[in-house]
Amino acid sequence: MSSSSTSSSRTLSEAESKEFLAPYGLPIAPEQVSATAAEAASAAARIGFPVVAKLCGDTIAHKTERGLVRLNLTDAAAVESAATDLLAAARPEDGEVGVLVAPMISGNRELIAGLSLDEQFGMTVMLGVGGVLAEAIADVSIRLIPITPADAEAMLDDLASRALLGEFRGEPPVDRAAVVATLMALNDAAVAHPELVSVDLNPLIISSGRPVAVDALVELGEPQPSAR
Amino acid sequence: MPTDEQFRALFEPRGVVVAGASTHPGKFGFVSLHNILACGFEGKVFATNLDGAPVLGVDTVPSIDDLPAGEADLVFVCTPKGANPDLLRACARKGIRAAFLTSAGYGESGEQGRADEAELVALCDELGILLAGPNGQGVVSTPASLCAQIVAPYPPAGSIGVASQSGNFVSSFLNMATATGIGISRAVSAGNAAATTVADFLGWYATDDATSVGLAYVEGIDDGRGFYDAIRAITPSNPVVLVKGGATSGGARAASSHTGSLATDDRVFDGACRQAGVTRAATVEEAFEAAATLATQPLPSGNRVVVMTTAGGWGVVTADAISRSRVLELVELPEDLLAEVDTLLPPRWSRNNPVDLAGGETRDTIPQVMEMIARHPSVDSIVYLGIGIQSNQAAMMKAGRFYPDHGLERIVEYHRRQDARFAQAAHDISVATGKPILTATELAVSDPSNSGPATVRETGRLCYPSANRAVTALEHLTRYAQFRRRTPVA
Repeated sequence: MSSSSTSSSRTLSEAESKEFLAPYGLPIAPEQVSATAAEAASAAARIGFPVVAKLCGDTIAHKTERGLVRLNLTDAAAVESAATDLLAAARPEDGEVGVLVAPMISGNRELIAGLSLDEQFGMTVMLGVGGVLAEAIADVSIRLIPITPADAEAMLDDLASRALLGEFRGEPPVDRAAVVATLMALNDAAVAHPELVSVDLNPLIISSGRPVAVDALVELGEPQPSAR
Repeated sequence: MPTDEQFRALFEPRGVVVAGASTHPGKFGFVSLHNILACGFEGKVFATNLDGAPVLGVDTVPSIDDLPAGEADLVFVCTPKGANPDLLRACARKGIRAAFLTSAGYGESGEQGRADEAELVALCDELGILLAGPNGQGVVSTPASLCAQIVAPYPPAGSIGVASQSGNFVSSFLNMATATGIGISRAVSAGNAAATTVADFLGWYATDDATSVGLAYVEGIDDGRGFYDAIRAITPSNPVVLVKGGATSGGARAASSHTGSLATDDRVFDGACRQAGVTRAATVEEAFEAAATLATQPLPSGNRVVVMTTAGGWGVVTADAISRSRVLELVELPEDLLAEVDTLLPPRWSRNNPVDLAGGETRDTIPQVMEMIARHPSVDSIVYLGIGIQSNQAAMMKAGRFYPDHGLERIVEYHRRQDARFAQAAHDISVATGKPILTATELAVSDPSNSGPATVRETGRLCYPSANRAVTALEHLTRYAQFRRRTPVA
């Protein structure tokens, strides 16, 4: 058995994490990593404004805590200025860094989804209510991998804050099929990768009713023998 | 996983040996022998005692070696743990295929105990003996009239199979069976569950013709994935009701000192239960009532409930409970059903769900309205309230100083007969329509002799002590029915 954070595990960078998950069809916002502020500005122009800019590197896991995320940048000048600041904030221990530019996904609702290795039950998939109150609300539903689409549907029904899934503050209801597809994509990634320790899609912003992951974090460890 | 033959040796032995029988009425070796004899076990009963003194009229022998071969299938072990290896070897030589060990000092008591337990498991495996326990309280099997346990009670016969990691919860469930009349097929205290786990017992219950529902108490689970896989294989054909100790961090600390196994994040456990179609109950009485409901009511084909009541307040509170449910729907009464009921009741009836008769009923109205509701295709189940009120009045009349004069004798009989009729109707209409009809009244507790609840009991069903408890039980029943509909039997 393995605990959820083994000594031999390693956490992929945000860009690596997204690349790792790319084959499974998760709804992850498009993005581009640039080495300089000028490149970041032109990448933003290609993606379309508004955008977010984040400093990313192999060893940077907690961007928000370190102030390495800039939201709602509306033109090329703002991107270039933010990217300059972010590159200057890099520390020597961060190793090689770049500026990740991605579209600014907006929505009033956030979910969390992910995978986590449980000591007793093996790999599990989780869906929860996200946002700043997420930990206090602790409204999550968990299933064991593998799951069926019916299990994924039931996870949505498990959430106590079900009102959040209907029409909300002028936004359409949450597209249940899209959430189910997200959970099934996580399932497929877990089944394909016995070395997965955890995946965090946080936040999973509900934008025009559909979930979009704007951040992803993948942790890998030793391959787990069974129960996939 | 033990074989079917080994499980039968445990639950339907031709003969039983009590190893370590005692003449002291306070010892396990006395109490277990007493219970086996007192509850009418029909097979042969043997006992060992170092001094060879007779116990409760049973001649004892000093050693298993002195017993005839091939006459006993089960040994009930009350000896200190040091004696057990030789004892079990001797049992195997006599053809015994199952051992229930009450002996303590194994896995629950430190490193040496754990090592001894591992040896015990290996030995039983080598000998081909099913090992139940150690550190357990016993085994009950009503089809065999077997009460091989160091605690009471011996429950009424029925189809609930109990397996528990805590022996006292076996007693609790058996006490509830005695109180309600919803009986037990098999019950086992798994103790340390060193070799045969709660999941193993539940797995065998699913193959057992005498058992229709598994009811389990578990604390820590060492191998969560194994537990999940085992239960998931059962639920497509047989319901499993489970209550888990250690669901909170405080409870988890108590559990780890209790059975020496780990507790997991309750949200993971809860998700695993949902996924496996397990009926998870929050409390012991909720678990028993869920199991009793699964054992005695048909599975509903949907979640649409009608509340039928003879008085207002009860129906309102019950409607609240159903509306709060994430599973059940308080169905709007269809026009054709309204019109049909209108033909039987004066216009003051509720014309709504709850169907409140508002005192407008005559002699035959209750069974007639109940049948109209139950037969309607838009209704999946019924909660029936208000039974026993008249008989409760009758009981007061009968106890009062005016009885039997002033026409009291006749009215008392009439009320008793009517409530019995209504309870019988609830059962008969449920059978005829294949829809659950749950009858609830606190009279089930305050006066079980009231002919309403007494007749519910005679029909083999549970009379729920409150409408809220009936709704909770119906929610579990409906959720399990939903699981069954979407899950093919493998």
